[in-house]
Amino acid sequence: MSPDLVQPALVLSLALFAIGALGVFLRRNIITVFMCVELMLNAVNLAFIAFSRARGTLDGQVLVFFVLTVAAAEAAVGLAIIIALQRGRDTLDVDAFDLLKW
Amino acid sequence: MSLTPVQQELTIAVVKVVVFFGALLTLFSVMTWAERRLLAFMQFRLGPNRTGPIGILQPVADGIKLFFKEELIPAGAHKWIFVAAPALAVFTAFLSIAVVPYGGTVTLPRWGLLPAWLQGREITLQIADLDVGILFIFAISSLGVYGIVMAGWAANNKYTLLGGLRSSAQMFSYELALGLSWVGVILLAGSFRIQDIVAAQDGPRGLLHWNFVQQVVGFAVYLVAATAEVNRTPFDLPEAETELVAGFHTEYSSMRFALLQMAEYVNMITVAAVGASLFFGGWLSPVPFLPDSPLWFFLKLFAGLFFFIWLRGTLPRLRYDQLMAFGWKVLVPLATINILVTAAVVLFGPGLLASWRRMLG
Amino acid sequence: MTAILFYVFAALAVGSALVVVGQRNPIYSAFGLIVTLCALSAIFGLLGSPFIAVLQVVVYAGAIMVLFLFVLMLLGVGAEDRKSGRTLKTVAAVLAAALALEMGAVLVGAAPAPVASFDASTRAVAHVLFSAPYLYVFEATSILILAALVGSIVLARRDP
Repeated sequence: MSPDLVQPALVLSLALFAIGALGVFLRRNIITVFMCVELMLNAVNLAFIAFSRARGTLDGQVLVFFVLTVAAAEAAVGLAIIIALQRGRDTLDVDAFDLLKW
Repeated sequence: MSLTPVQQELTIAVVKVVVFFGALLTLFSVMTWAERRLLAFMQFRLGPNRTGPIGILQPVADGIKLFFKEELIPAGAHKWIFVAAPALAVFTAFLSIAVVPYGGTVTLPRWGLLPAWLQGREITLQIADLDVGILFIFAISSLGVYGIVMAGWAANNKYTLLGGLRSSAQMFSYELALGLSWVGVILLAGSFRIQDIVAAQDGPRGLLHWNFVQQVVGFAVYLVAATAEVNRTPFDLPEAETELVAGFHTEYSSMRFALLQMAEYVNMITVAAVGASLFFGGWLSPVPFLPDSPLWFFLKLFAGLFFFIWLRGTLPRLRYDQLMAFGWKVLVPLATINILVTAAVVLFGPGLLASWRRMLG
Repeated sequence: MTAILFYVFAALAVGSALVVVGQRNPIYSAFGLIVTLCALSAIFGLLGSPFIAVLQVVVYAGAIMVLFLFVLMLLGVGAEDRKSGRTLKTVAAVLAAALALEMGAVLVGAAPAPVASFDASTRAVAHVLFSAPYLYVFEATSILILAALVGSIVLARRDP
């Protein structure tokens, strides 16, 4: 009888999500903030797979498939935006992009 | 002393790994000698022939030389990554060849010399029989890009960085075409397991059932994509000595350089082995009256490796933009059309497929 | 055995996640994220999902992170110089802990006991993926990827 890995997997998922959220708060480089967002997405993927394993349905797997695909598209567009921003402002510091501040 | 079933499996796996590892290292050193010798013959000169009878001890001499060379880490290099990059490259190279089978199941004979639990036991000639075998190889070759990227970046040198980025861009562009060329084979076999794919090429007419006949376009795409994937001529601009100062491994010396070379050769052995399994029937014999055996697999593997060396001695290098244009604009559409046609035949033409198979016997 | 492997990979994942958040040089953070992704892929495999495990390595660790590394290396980003202030760090730590506690209250014990037989092979996942309603989502995703392709080329292009 294989051990119940679902509960530890959920705990790991929330730990990774919290660490990712911490990173989004604390980091100054846009690309690192983006990477912490990807970390949060992966934590969510783990939760989906854990629930899919627990309930025995495969909807979780299919949703993870879509999250993977959308994350790829989002990474491409996000990095293109970051390149364009860097070209304009010559820096990657998050605090430098404050053109809309009043 | 009697072992539990888990310990028995573990022992068999460890023995397989040790034997396989040793065989791969030997093959790597023989390949370095064979490449220099064969290239020399193709260029109408003799290769290394001083060390040992036909120069066969040349790899030993090279090993001793590299062992005693000074290990340099350039100033300003990122030390951890510099040391880790060749290790990662070798790790991914050896990992991807671990799932390639070189034979079917073998039943051990009932010798008195073997321990009791080994007598009459069936072992598969494969280190890990994964259900997603071919996808695993695809995944590990995606990870192989990182060894090169890290090696190029860690040396803190613009030229190595550019060489590493170029090489990795080439690798993952052709990886797409590589993966797509496999999909046709997977559709015909209906499984990701390499054992199943080889079994699907079994038939009474031997050679004619193999996938290089049934998937000609896929095979052509695989040939080109595999050569580009392992950075071999005519696709080896990123590591050519005359351009870009030897590319991403400029700053590496002695054993780290040897590790990077080992990674490249083991990658070459991997794509030759995968090609032999997927397109040439693995360990199946080409003529019906000879038995299947792992010797056929090794014969096909060596033929593939000879083909790579032959290409190197014959064709000139492609320029980088020609290389990338060819990968994206020719190979990927070709592989996609191959998938469409194969899928259409498998799905809508079971009569077509059956009559083709009947024709082949 | 499975449990030991799970805890090893879980520790690896948390450790490299902390590297992602803590390291000053963004390229080291990227390497940490790659290790996290591979550890998570191993955990997916242990949870009985081989297809998603391999897909995670191929798509995420093998393609998305290469894209990240390319951008980082070509933009030449070095280590960050100004660190965040102390107040920001304490506020962030408190908020992240609160988030973790809230999610823990919801998630722990939310999942039923795992079913005994679980078939998440490629064939089974494909059956679910290519039948309604996920088939329409699949086709929409391909249009999404096309849009992302065109968008990223247009956004990153240098104005002539």
